[in-house]
Amino acid sequence: MNSSNMAKYIFGKILKLASLLAAISILSFLLVSLSPIDPVQSYIGADMTRVSPEQRENIEAYWGLDESPVQQYLSWGNAVLQGDLGTSLLYRSSVADVIGERFTASLALMALAWIISGIIGFVLGITAGMKEGSFVDKLIKGYCFTLASTPAFWLGLLMLMFFSVWLGWFPIGLGSPAGILEADVSLAERLRHLFLPALTLSVVGVANVALHTRQKLIEVLESEYVRFAMAKGERGFTLLWRHGLRNISLPAVSLHFASFGELFGGAVLAEQVFSYPGLGQAVVQAGLGSDVPLLLGIVLFTTLFVFTGNLLADLFYKVIDPRIRRGM
Amino acid sequence: MEGKITHNRRRRLHLNIRQRTAAAILFSSVILAGLIISGLLIDADAIGIDLESKNRAPSPDHLFGTDWLGRDMLMRTLKGLTLSLSVGVLAALSSAIIALTLSLLSSWNKTMDNIVTWMIDLFLSVPHIVTLILISFAAGGGFKGVVIGLALTHWPSLARLLRAEVLQLKGAEYVGVSERLGKSKIWIARHHFLPHLIPHLVVGFILLFPHAILHEAAITFLGFGLSAETPAIGIILSESMRYLSTGHWWLAFFPGFSLLLMVIIFDVLGRNIQKLIDPFHGQRI
Repeated sequence: MNSSNMAKYIFGKILKLASLLAAISILSFLLVSLSPIDPVQSYIGADMTRVSPEQRENIEAYWGLDESPVQQYLSWGNAVLQGDLGTSLLYRSSVADVIGERFTASLALMALAWIISGIIGFVLGITAGMKEGSFVDKLIKGYCFTLASTPAFWLGLLMLMFFSVWLGWFPIGLGSPAGILEADVSLAERLRHLFLPALTLSVVGVANVALHTRQKLIEVLESEYVRFAMAKGERGFTLLWRHGLRNISLPAVSLHFASFGELFGGAVLAEQVFSYPGLGQAVVQAGLGSDVPLLLGIVLFTTLFVFTGNLLADLFYKVIDPRIRRGM
Repeated sequence: MEGKITHNRRRRLHLNIRQRTAAAILFSSVILAGLIISGLLIDADAIGIDLESKNRAPSPDHLFGTDWLGRDMLMRTLKGLTLSLSVGVLAALSSAIIALTLSLLSSWNKTMDNIVTWMIDLFLSVPHIVTLILISFAAGGGFKGVVIGLALTHWPSLARLLRAEVLQLKGAEYVGVSERLGKSKIWIARHHFLPHLIPHLVVGFILLFPHAILHEAAITFLGFGLSAETPAIGIILSESMRYLSTGHWWLAFFPGFSLLLMVIIFDVLGRNIQKLIDPFHGQRI
């Protein structure tokens, strides 16, 4: 890849991201302003009766609710461009801080689950693909199809019942033990709380990678060069190592990077089941509690997150696969 | 005993792939039909409150047990599955229509195709569940918001598939001939594209169900939409969370398992219909 091509590529991606974020922000702002839920009422809550009409008007004027939606969007968009996402109504602190703090917790969960499910899925896919049509293959395939139909939160509930209630090995919820200061929580304690949600997420995430890898490996094994290698007497693991692995690992890694959206979706449910204080829980609370600034902030942030995943998937192909690298 | 097994096996081998596919389709359709009918037949009495028999573990009287208000969990589950199914029908139908319209539009010209591709990318760029939450909020919460959200967000993957198919068809010789003969674009879409898209559309329609049903359960589980009395699987499961620590495992196990079974049956149905009517793409996997 020479430098002018690279510059073109980077520029194109930035342009794509900018247009995507602009479109998403307009659409989500439009959706939010369509909502019949009164922002002032949801802000004040039960004390609404004690607010006089004048005070109400003052609040509306302070938030700019008396302006047209276009005007509101422009001032919000302007603030966002300067890095100010507004103030969360539920958490009473800046949206950027809430997202930053929550996302760190979610990231630990998602990264762990992502890595585990990737490895297990890849190994299962290879095992099934190498023994296509055998009992093991059917077992793995059946397992993956079942998993793809399993509601993630139900699996989480079962894990909770089995490991926490019945066996008593893990705590029933919360990201850290109650009654202890955040700073005093030990790493072991954190991991103990992270384990079950991460396990749930990894089990659910396996199916896609496994089925994809299996399919790719079967294709590779049907190719001419593998037939030639087999004619030379290569079998089993050596054959896989020399001729299969490189060809199937790239699509698998790429696919796994492109699944960030589903990963986040799973995290939302897992965090709800295990009351893990991550970004997924925050988006549910923002939606239920009509916290518009936080909701919009999270929508933009998750768009960025998914985009990053897709970009990494794309880059993986471009940088590593020599066929595509030369084609550029 | 042994003779019986080999006899069975021999009989199974007599069915060819086509017959086995047809049998699978018939079997899953019957189960789904039974589910709908039984769900519709249940009246309010059957899921009513019965404080005499609360917190019962599964027994012949109450196969799925009862909850803390003495409501029969089997009846509630069936009712919930019927609800999931009807929401699924709506979501799958509207998504199939949107996907078909967009894919036909994309055959119009390059600009139109770019717009459609851009829209697909746009919808796939936000996590699905976040989109659902956003739409549910926009509709002011309630069941309506959930249904609108589910109906409007399931089309991108199907639209992408159909668009690729249309793109391939556009290069076909007979389409070129029709164009030279001065047939209008609408005529070509109706007579050349649509017949080819129908099998994909039917299969896509059925395979959308599992997604829609799982998303419905997920979003109601998170607390969006339905009120607490409505027997939806998501609500039943989120209620059961409060009783997990007291060991009422049946409250969560059976409803979720029934949902899983229903989703699998739909998956089997979709895949087998695909095998039957779309042999080019269906025979693999």
